[in-house]
Amino acid sequence: MTVILDYGVGNLFSLGCSLAAIGEASEITSDAARIEQADRIILPGVGAFRDAMEKLKSSGLISVLKRAAAKGTPLLGICLGMQLLFEKSYEYGEHEGLGFLKGVVKPIPAAGVKIPHMGWNALSFGQKKHPLFKYLTEGDCVYFVHSYAAVGCDDSVIALAEYGTPVTAAVAKGSILGCQFHPEKSGEVGLKILRAFCEMKEGEV
Amino acid sequence: MITKRIIPCLDVRDGQVVKGTNFVGLKEIASPVELAKQYSASGADELVFYDITASSDGRDLFTDVLTETAKNVFIPLTVGGGIRSLKDFDRVLKCGADKVSVNSGAIADPTLIARAAKVYGDQCVVLSVDVKRVDGSFRVFAKGGRVDTGLDALDWIKKGIDEGAGEIVLNSIDTDGVKRGFDLEMLAAVTAFSTVPVIASGGAGKIEDFITLFKRLPKVDAGLAASIFHFGEVSIADLKKEMLKNAIPARIVKE
Repeated sequence: MTVILDYGVGNLFSLGCSLAAIGEASEITSDAARIEQADRIILPGVGAFRDAMEKLKSSGLISVLKRAAAKGTPLLGICLGMQLLFEKSYEYGEHEGLGFLKGVVKPIPAAGVKIPHMGWNALSFGQKKHPLFKYLTEGDCVYFVHSYAAVGCDDSVIALAEYGTPVTAAVAKGSILGCQFHPEKSGEVGLKILRAFCEMKEGEV
Repeated sequence: MITKRIIPCLDVRDGQVVKGTNFVGLKEIASPVELAKQYSASGADELVFYDITASSDGRDLFTDVLTETAKNVFIPLTVGGGIRSLKDFDRVLKCGADKVSVNSGAIADPTLIARAAKVYGDQCVVLSVDVKRVDGSFRVFAKGGRVDTGLDALDWIKKGIDEGAGEIVLNSIDTDGVKRGFDLEMLAAVTAFSTVPVIASGGAGKIEDFITLFKRLPKVDAGLAASIFHFGEVSIADLKKEMLKNAIPARIVKE
């Protein structure tokens, strides 16, 4: 069973529906006991970094996430949820993240491109395709909506998208994974990513 | 590289899809949920649902349609029509919408864009504008294109972007339903200054119109149309293939 973390940020309806569409049992919850029992955890998020971190703190879920990370429960951050996995964000000031991954979150350089980076963009996987993308082909498009992106995370990048500059599209380090784009809004390609994630098991990634 | 988006628009009244020409002469077509599924499978990059219902019963039917679509179709959904308050935003976002488009509601209450952007983020707020040439300038029309607001369209769009609109849908009343191509002159005037994505609407009649749009105006991010897709005059899969042939970045869905 996959748990979608409900900490008062964003709309989780589509995410729940997309897991149902691939036949994955899921539960939207903020209950620590349920999260501890989960086979996998999805950390969603839209909005501002600081608000999201504050809501995570006040919901008491940071320690739960830390225990899950230490245990090796597969954890997938989506969009802002991915950004929260890093050490720090520079969105409206300087704010501490969860620090599960090395790197910081900064504005996408606006040189010649519109901000936010909004729309369908192609993924490139580099030399080795991560298991999260085992059902995908290089160049498959996914849906992005963001103005900030992770940098300084070379050791965890598993996919890039070109937007004036290479933008961190997905990251992974052991059981900690993140997608800057929205797999739940990326059509069949997105469902294939969620399917690959839902096949991951504790201690195996 | 980011792709140019192709967006079918579904006008929904009492739970049914409707499309007229020049905003009059409405004709019913099909189940919106079925249409949405077909579009998604053929490569639509996004869907826009416009609620043109007047009654509250119709409004409930609309949110039912939206919920059912969101359960089955996993591409971005934008909802417009009758959005006047943050309560309206909340109602459609809860039913699975990703973005909300404001038009007359923002004209009636110019604080709506800024308030919504603050709560839901810029990316969630789409400013839709119906524009018609009046005395040599571009004028904003409200109430489905029936009422001349007297507002200058370029000023209104600039203000909307400043207030936090994350995207502009520019619908030319002059070319809408005429099927002789998008209003390139009007679009060029807006893309010249817009810092947010611009979606072209009104006037597409054939595949070539989209090719011309993206070749002549590379700053346009997306093309929106309704009846040509509903009636099968243009297939989205064919359109995407033609875009690639013309070196316009497009997302292809594997069949």
